[in-house]
Amino acid sequence: MNRLSTASVVALLASLGTAQAQTSIEWWHAMGGELGAKLEEVAQGFNDSQDDYRVMPSYKGTYPETMTAAIAAFRANQQPAIVQVFEVGTGTMMAAEGAIVPVHQLMEEHGQDFDADAFLPSVVGYYTDTDGNMLSMPFNSSTPILYYNKSVFETAGLDPEQPPRTWAELEQFSRQIMESGAASCGFTTQWVSWIQTENLSAWHNQPIGTLENGFGGTEARLSLNGPVQVKHWGNLKSWADEGLFKYGGPVGADGAAPMFYSQECAMMMGSSASRAGVIANASAFDLGFGMLPYYDDVEGAPQNSIIGGATLWVLSGKSDEEYAAAAAFFDYLTQPEVQADWASATGYLPITEAAREAMADYYAENPGADTGINQITLNDPTENSKGLRFGNYVQIRGIIDEEFEQLLAGSKDAQGALDSVVARGDDLLEQFQAQ
Amino acid sequence: MKRTIFRNQLLPWLLLAPQLIITFIFFLWPAAQALRQSFLRQDAFGIRTTFVGLDNFRRLWNSPEYLNSLQVTAVFAISVTVLSMGVALLLAIAVDRMIRSTRVYTTLLVWPYAVAPAVAGILWWFIFNPTIGIMPYLLGQLGYNWNHISNKGDAMTLVVIASAWKQISYNFLFFLAGLQAIPASLREAAAIDGAGPVRRFFDITFPLLSPTTFFLLVVNIVYAMFDTFAVIDATTQGGPAQATNIMVYKVYFDGFVGQNLGSSAAQSVILMGLVAMLTVIQFRYVEKKVAY
Repeated sequence: MNRLSTASVVALLASLGTAQAQTSIEWWHAMGGELGAKLEEVAQGFNDSQDDYRVMPSYKGTYPETMTAAIAAFRANQQPAIVQVFEVGTGTMMAAEGAIVPVHQLMEEHGQDFDADAFLPSVVGYYTDTDGNMLSMPFNSSTPILYYNKSVFETAGLDPEQPPRTWAELEQFSRQIMESGAASCGFTTQWVSWIQTENLSAWHNQPIGTLENGFGGTEARLSLNGPVQVKHWGNLKSWADEGLFKYGGPVGADGAAPMFYSQECAMMMGSSASRAGVIANASAFDLGFGMLPYYDDVEGAPQNSIIGGATLWVLSGKSDEEYAAAAAFFDYLTQPEVQADWASATGYLPITEAAREAMADYYAENPGADTGINQITLNDPTENSKGLRFGNYVQIRGIIDEEFEQLLAGSKDAQGALDSVVARGDDLLEQFQAQ
Repeated sequence: MKRTIFRNQLLPWLLLAPQLIITFIFFLWPAAQALRQSFLRQDAFGIRTTFVGLDNFRRLWNSPEYLNSLQVTAVFAISVTVLSMGVALLLAIAVDRMIRSTRVYTTLLVWPYAVAPAVAGILWWFIFNPTIGIMPYLLGQLGYNWNHISNKGDAMTLVVIASAWKQISYNFLFFLAGLQAIPASLREAAAIDGAGPVRRFFDITFPLLSPTTFFLLVVNIVYAMFDTFAVIDATTQGGPAQATNIMVYKVYFDGFVGQNLGSSAAQSVILMGLVAMLTVIQFRYVEKKVAY
């Protein structure tokens, strides 16, 4: 017994010895499964590339769970140096002055030759303050695209190489698909909030909220009950009644992908980051990719789509060495090879211009893989298509889903449903502002 | 009543200490925290805190979503209780009549109780999944278009079935024990007097089962209100349009997902009040009846 404990003390000392030589920092993330394995590989790549620092990733569950875990840890003074937070948590993180270290500040103090201008404006714009300072480090960004079933298109007598460009075409294609019996539903979608509301607005250069979609400050309120959004929700409702559109459920819509895989629905709007998963599941048919449809009677459409996904936030209360480690890691993450490797393995977007160029060969070999990146860079982002930044936004997304469900159930019309999204959402924004 | 007298004053406290410490750490301390938080408004990281008095409660009272949640909880709790107790009673009566196979049936019927609520939720989620589930397929053959993702009634039916299914085992055991405790002579006497099986059930068996029934009623309501979180989380997550958003789930969602700690704390204080009320009812009325 005595010998055993001596041995373990020696082992402990030995491990402390190596730990002291290096600075280790924790990185909490929300990437499970294959994405998680790839993420571990990225961290390992960084650890192997130098001897001074060590990044230790640990999986904390879903995005909300990871964020809550980090917040709880911060309150208990046990926070990690880096935490991955999804885009809708941006408002909450930003407002937490004193809890976070803005990335531009971190890189100024510790980053060697960090160039903030190298990033794609539509990616980094989402995470900068009004003065153009980067607050968090973009890591995994995606944007919604259209997936379609070429085999069904062919059976229905449509050109399999031509995805619908406008909503009018999408409606007409869906009807032709259903009438020909090629599939029993035209299209489905993931994320009614992210895709059919937020991205729809950006894509048509329509505001979601006041003060540049909330970028201008916490006094911003929602304004997503404009004519374009109302028209679109109204259309979705009548298409749902007709059977052209099938609702896959709230949040990310668990039901959407199975309907597309089983060839029940011929088209699906989903995240570009689902690409690998969709390809793996679409073994029974030919898969095509297209940009999101737009209404051609809206001026300025198509503008550019906005991103989703997550960024890395640095939390306060750590030592200088730990921040140096975080800065070195971020520097590593922006290298074109690292970016290109991560983006091509996962379907997330490259975040720098150099990484995009480094992926040229990959895009040439994989037709359709560049749909997302082409779509977010289609035009220079306007104040309506830069992204959105609101507090309590996780709950507001929940409200969007609920009101959409009220619309589908027929208890509200499109105007009524969107008006009450605005009313209920503004109430949450007022509470957030008062905090 | 047997009364033990300790001469040493310290010993009884010492013996009680483990239980007291557990109660303090895992119940009283968090309960006090929740009460305190319910009067505060605080950002997620706890950097800025404002005392807002009863504002959190006032907001709840004026919130149609919270009132909806109260109503949903009532419908849900009553449906789960009636369904699980009704089915359990029928099964218990059926098993009580068996002579040789009682044990086998009892074992089989108690099985679902060993299934974790989250697993039960996933199980029913699969069975009723509108795209890949077996039930929507069968119902579709009968001409019913099952879709709990957009139909509120279907969603409520799903969570009620999934929650009741687990509780049937528990109720069944108690009912069976209650039935077996009723002397056969009473029923035989009634039979000799010419009472049929239905009459015998309502005049003899059911009244004698009433202490069990009342006990189960309270236990089931408490179960439906507080222990069904995992079932909701695994199946509907409170949707569609808050149709299955019971109070416990709303506390979790507003606090844990939405980071709205003040409102979430106020909701848990209200829930705490409800538990206290149900406990009082149980001790005042049920305990007395069971003790005779």
